[in-house]
Amino acid sequence: MPELSTHDVTLRHHQGAFTLDVQFSLESPWTVIFGPSGAGKSTILRILAGLASPDSGRITLASQTVLDSSTGVAIPPGRRSIGYVTQQPALFPHLTVQQNVAFGIRHLESAARAQRVTEMLHLFGAESLARRTPAQLSGGERQRVALARALAPHPKLLLLDEPLAALDDASANDILTRLLALETRVVYVSHDLAEIWRLPASVVLLESGRVTATGPLQQVLAPHRDRLLKLLGG
Amino acid sequence: MDLQALALTFRLAATTTLVLLAASIPLAYWIVSTRSRLRPLVEALSTLPILLPPTVLGFYLLVLLGPRTAFGRVTAHLLGHPLSFSFAGLVIGSVIYSLPFAVQPLTAGFHSIDLAILEQARLLGAGRLRILSEIMLPLSVRSVVAAAALCFTHTVGEFGVVLMIGGDIPGATRTLSIAIYDQVQDFSYAQANRTSLLLIGIALIALILLYARRGNNGARHA
Repeated sequence: MPELSTHDVTLRHHQGAFTLDVQFSLESPWTVIFGPSGAGKSTILRILAGLASPDSGRITLASQTVLDSSTGVAIPPGRRSIGYVTQQPALFPHLTVQQNVAFGIRHLESAARAQRVTEMLHLFGAESLARRTPAQLSGGERQRVALARALAPHPKLLLLDEPLAALDDASANDILTRLLALETRVVYVSHDLAEIWRLPASVVLLESGRVTATGPLQQVLAPHRDRLLKLLGG
Repeated sequence: MDLQALALTFRLAATTTLVLLAASIPLAYWIVSTRSRLRPLVEALSTLPILLPPTVLGFYLLVLLGPRTAFGRVTAHLLGHPLSFSFAGLVIGSVIYSLPFAVQPLTAGFHSIDLAILEQARLLGAGRLRILSEIMLPLSVRSVVAAAALCFTHTVGEFGVVLMIGGDIPGATRTLSIAIYDQVQDFSYAQANRTSLLLIGIALIALILLYARRGNNGARHA
């Protein structure tokens, strides 16, 4: 059973120390980290991806230690086999869509690389965009390309931090449907109760850096519904 | 017109620009990406030549490159001549004197790149060299061009450092700015005028090209 855990991970902000002490199973293909703003959802993803360095702590992912401050282990982001997509697609603006998707699979031979790029663009319905540059794409198209780029190197884990928040409903639904068809394990962060309610996921309820509940999504969230709506300002 | 001084000046400016770009690109990358406590010191040292009188820099370089120091004696022994009062000495002085004009635009250009883009490159397995060559430099072309133009024109117009390190040796260290000084000393004002107008023209053309390339992205009114 793949498991993800953080032990006494401490980040010091200008506003004070922020401690994450989180353990949860990745048994379900989709895991939703849910909680109010400031709970530490995005921070967890950034630390997992290796983009944020905690002051101390230990993180293991599927039995592999990716960070351990006591022994000095810190696997760099590019060697964690993790894809990471946020609300901001962050495509390389000087490269075409094709080149963007191919960026992380340079090690493949030319024909295999081209085939993988085509597969990924097809997966997100973006084949016709291959020769365009990011400036020529709409918001939804950029997000499709960002997802294709993140998945091209066959990551073990895909981290999604509210990737659909800025999109219109039609684009968001279409992309979500395509994401749900993936075999890649996904950790999905959201504070949109309506958005996550439809996901066949297990949920990790996070409040102030602490896991307060885990389990099947509806089973976990239903008893907390009133309190969550209050926390979320609903 | 002192054509020998003109040729030497262009050779010096071109060499200085190439050396500065080669040295400043990794330095600027280090400045924007490091967490070292030495960063403020390195940034301050790379900016210092802007604030120093050229004669101060020239004086210390003259001492460093001359026979009074071990460095000066070793290089003189290896090269067969001292670095001071030579073209190589002029290049060293010009590189140090124009360093801020390369480092400043490059660090500004690198800083302006969206951090999320660089993070994606790291996540996709790119190392530092690939991030620099395939992401940062292509996204900072304007800054690289600006750095090159500023270094070239600044070197063309140098006087104090060049005079202190190189003296006034025709064909070896006499640049256009020193030629103007000589022409004025000889009361050849017409010649000095022509040479000065040439320097003004070079600087103006470089700046016009620079600002034309920048386009009107900064325009605030329709």
